[in-house]
Amino acid sequence: MSQLTHPMESILRMNRMPHIWCPGCGIGTAMTALAEALNKTQIPLDKVAVVSGIGCTGRVAGYVKLDSFHTTHGRAIPFATGLKLANPELKVVVFSGDGDLVAIGGNHFIHAARRNMDIAVFCVNNFTYGMTGGQLAPTTPPPATSTTTPYGAYEQPFNLAHLADSAGASYVARWTVLHIRRLTKSMTEALQKKGFSFVEIICPCPTLYGRRNRIGDGLQEMQFYRDNCIIQHGADTRTIDIKFRDKIVIGKFVDRERPTFLDALNSRLLEALGNRYEPYGKVTENADRN
Amino acid sequence: MQFWRRPLDADTIQVPRGEIHILSEQCKGCGFCVEYCPREVLKLSDSYNKKGYHPPLAAKVDDCVHCQLCELLCPEFAIFVTPKVPSVVGIPVDTRGEEVMVGES
Repeated sequence: MSQLTHPMESILRMNRMPHIWCPGCGIGTAMTALAEALNKTQIPLDKVAVVSGIGCTGRVAGYVKLDSFHTTHGRAIPFATGLKLANPELKVVVFSGDGDLVAIGGNHFIHAARRNMDIAVFCVNNFTYGMTGGQLAPTTPPPATSTTTPYGAYEQPFNLAHLADSAGASYVARWTVLHIRRLTKSMTEALQKKGFSFVEIICPCPTLYGRRNRIGDGLQEMQFYRDNCIIQHGADTRTIDIKFRDKIVIGKFVDRERPTFLDALNSRLLEALGNRYEPYGKVTENADRN
Repeated sequence: MQFWRRPLDADTIQVPRGEIHILSEQCKGCGFCVEYCPREVLKLSDSYNKKGYHPPLAAKVDDCVHCQLCELLCPEFAIFVTPKVPSVVGIPVDTRGEEVMVGES
């Protein structure tokens, strides 16, 4: 039995385990979903790059056995954009937290969605800044308490799915880590989708969100998701705000075709310059893994 | 109470079986696997690992149908399931005396 190894060993650095995440935290589960999705899509692993920002979720870049980079705070998407443009054959995955992607990196997020950069963005949303001590995040639903709002939050939070949808993302979905098989399927679709694909992963943060807001530990937060999630595919993203201790609408909301940044660039320049222009970044069809 | 009829080809159905492997030193005792195992195979053990958590224990090993939900849900990569051959032919009976019904994987 001891010679048997974990099936995720081909993608994850098992010698770094146990990881830093708290007991009951769901980021590890989200990482399993990523590894499983990469296995399912059969993308050659040397053609995948994982980019993370700062925060608890930012540690994912260090735990995957792929080309990965742990960028400065909020700059995961600009780095991924650069990677994709320099080497269009790469499948670039951004795996980061809500504080990193939509607070500090909010501007980059909407502009990557607007340009329809061909990257997959997986955002782990735990409604707080976990690593720095539970401060108010742009996703904290009022009136949840955080260390910087001890009497309850009073700011309107971002609805990430609506933000991505209205900025022009090609694929938008939201799942919790409890819906692991659906999440994996959604990640597979996002990885295969051409254009900006965004999957919001709702994840328990027992230490700094659940316990502080009387939802409980990780397991109780998972039970909360089980009791309160409503699967509604194609729901209008304007109506699916996440409210405090209320029903959460999950599902696949947007799946549409739009020209990606490189497609738009090539077609514009071909139209303007004609034969003098050689299209950039023609992605050759990848052979199967091995 | 059972809401389904017994399939006519019950004698020929191959029911997968799984063997559970637990890396107890990696476990942080979150209890996801125990709570969400559809066959209630696992339970938290009374023993401690090096970090002082209670790792899970495969209590009803023969009930495992290799659905791999524990493997997917475990945030610590501390549990995995391998298929056990041969799989059982016909509908097996679990420890509660009920017939085990398995959907499509």
